[in-house]
Amino acid sequence: MSEAFENDDNGDLKQMRELVYDLIRGIIDPEKPETLEELNVVSEEDVSVSRLNKDYLIKVVFVPTVPHCSLASLIGLSIRTKLETSIPDKFKLDIFIKEGTHETADDINKQINDKERIAAAMENPNLQRIVNQCLENS
Amino acid sequence: MAKLQELMKLSGHQDRVWCVAWNPTGTLLASCGGDKIIRIWGKEGDKWVCKSILAEGHQRTIRSVGWSPCGNYLASASFDATTNIWSRKEGEFECIASLEGHENEVKAVSWAPTGLLLATCSRDKSVWIWEVTEDEEYECASVISSHTQDVKYAVWHPTREMLASCSYDNTIKLFKEEIDDWTCCNTLESHTSTVWKISFDQTGHRIVSCSDDKTLKIWQEYLPGNPEGIDTIGKESAWKCVCTLSGYHNRVIYDVDWSHSNGLIVSACGDECIRVFREEEISDKNQPSFSLVCTQNRAHSQDVNSVAWNPKEPGLLASGSDDGDVKLWEVVLD
Repeated sequence: MSEAFENDDNGDLKQMRELVYDLIRGIIDPEKPETLEELNVVSEEDVSVSRLNKDYLIKVVFVPTVPHCSLASLIGLSIRTKLETSIPDKFKLDIFIKEGTHETADDINKQINDKERIAAAMENPNLQRIVNQCLENS
Repeated sequence: MAKLQELMKLSGHQDRVWCVAWNPTGTLLASCGGDKIIRIWGKEGDKWVCKSILAEGHQRTIRSVGWSPCGNYLASASFDATTNIWSRKEGEFECIASLEGHENEVKAVSWAPTGLLLATCSRDKSVWIWEVTEDEEYECASVISSHTQDVKYAVWHPTREMLASCSYDNTIKLFKEEIDDWTCCNTLESHTSTVWKISFDQTGHRIVSCSDDKTLKIWQEYLPGNPEGIDTIGKESAWKCVCTLSGYHNRVIYDVDWSHSNGLIVSACGDECIRVFREEEISDKNQPSFSLVCTQNRAHSQDVNSVAWNPKEPGLLASGSDDGDVKLWEVVLD
């Protein structure tokens, strides 16, 4: 791989990272009126983009507002829905809770990355409604 | 070099395909997914075409489908918490029963080899066993609450009256009927994350499992009094993980199928690849060696969710993907 190509790719990855952050910063917290950016739930440093084969591999790490936040999985679902409905390029997405910021981080990480559970959740009208509220005007 | 040759792309589903399943004679392929529709594909001349569309049976995603051993019935498991039974008469399918009881998403449905028992499993952590009565009624015979989490899949042993299931709790469990109820006789632990799917080999003495931990594992049965001296309890066999295939898959492995005709193992992965593995010719039963026969990169343009060997034509393979397509493949060995 030539250096020029690598640099180009780095530019692409940087652009994608900015796009991802732009898309998720305005999501409204499920129980507060503020955005995820205002509550420091998401930050640009915690978005990373690499390649899996030729596709984008996006990783978003977020910080729940409190360590026992019961709505952390909803935040994960909102971030995923926002990105999957907004980014035209092909990508794979992993979403994690920042280490040490939630009491049951491992359980939630497993749940919010299980695509079968995500698909079922998005067919649940109540969850769909809450996610749509979080994404309104974002 | 061995390779997978794409024979056909079967388009029609309007959403992700979760499952593909061959009928016992290998002449029909059923597929289902997020569009809540079951498609039945069959061969006309040299081409596979959509023969039937089974719609309006379910309110939500159809997660999986399974044929009865006689091939006259198809069962479908849905996120709407029900399992439907479809009867096939003169080529037409009719929904004859809807099994209710699970609290939420039904993930899989499987017929016992006798055709007289059916198993379903759900996110509600339970596995249900249903008895088929003479007048085609389905009665719940047992509710097994042995897993501590979402049960992803359940399948019957190819010859014995034994059921195997795997779960989000990282384990595989085996169940048998004891006196008058079904109980867990073995718990297979080694995977470090969700076990998505399991498949018995032809003999029924081995299981292959696939997981969110990106590995495949081979499990070997040791009967009581086995010459290897593996401990067993009472009249129950012991099952031991004898091989772990790691480093091949880059994302979650959603499906694995062990061919009963040629012994090949095929996997479906979230990295969009289909991989075929084979046991090496010189392989110790207690420490078997499996090698990668071929990798089909970009088999689909999104995650591959399902793979199934045709039961009659060795080397013929079907796959289903998040990209909405079903594909047929031929393994060409070197």
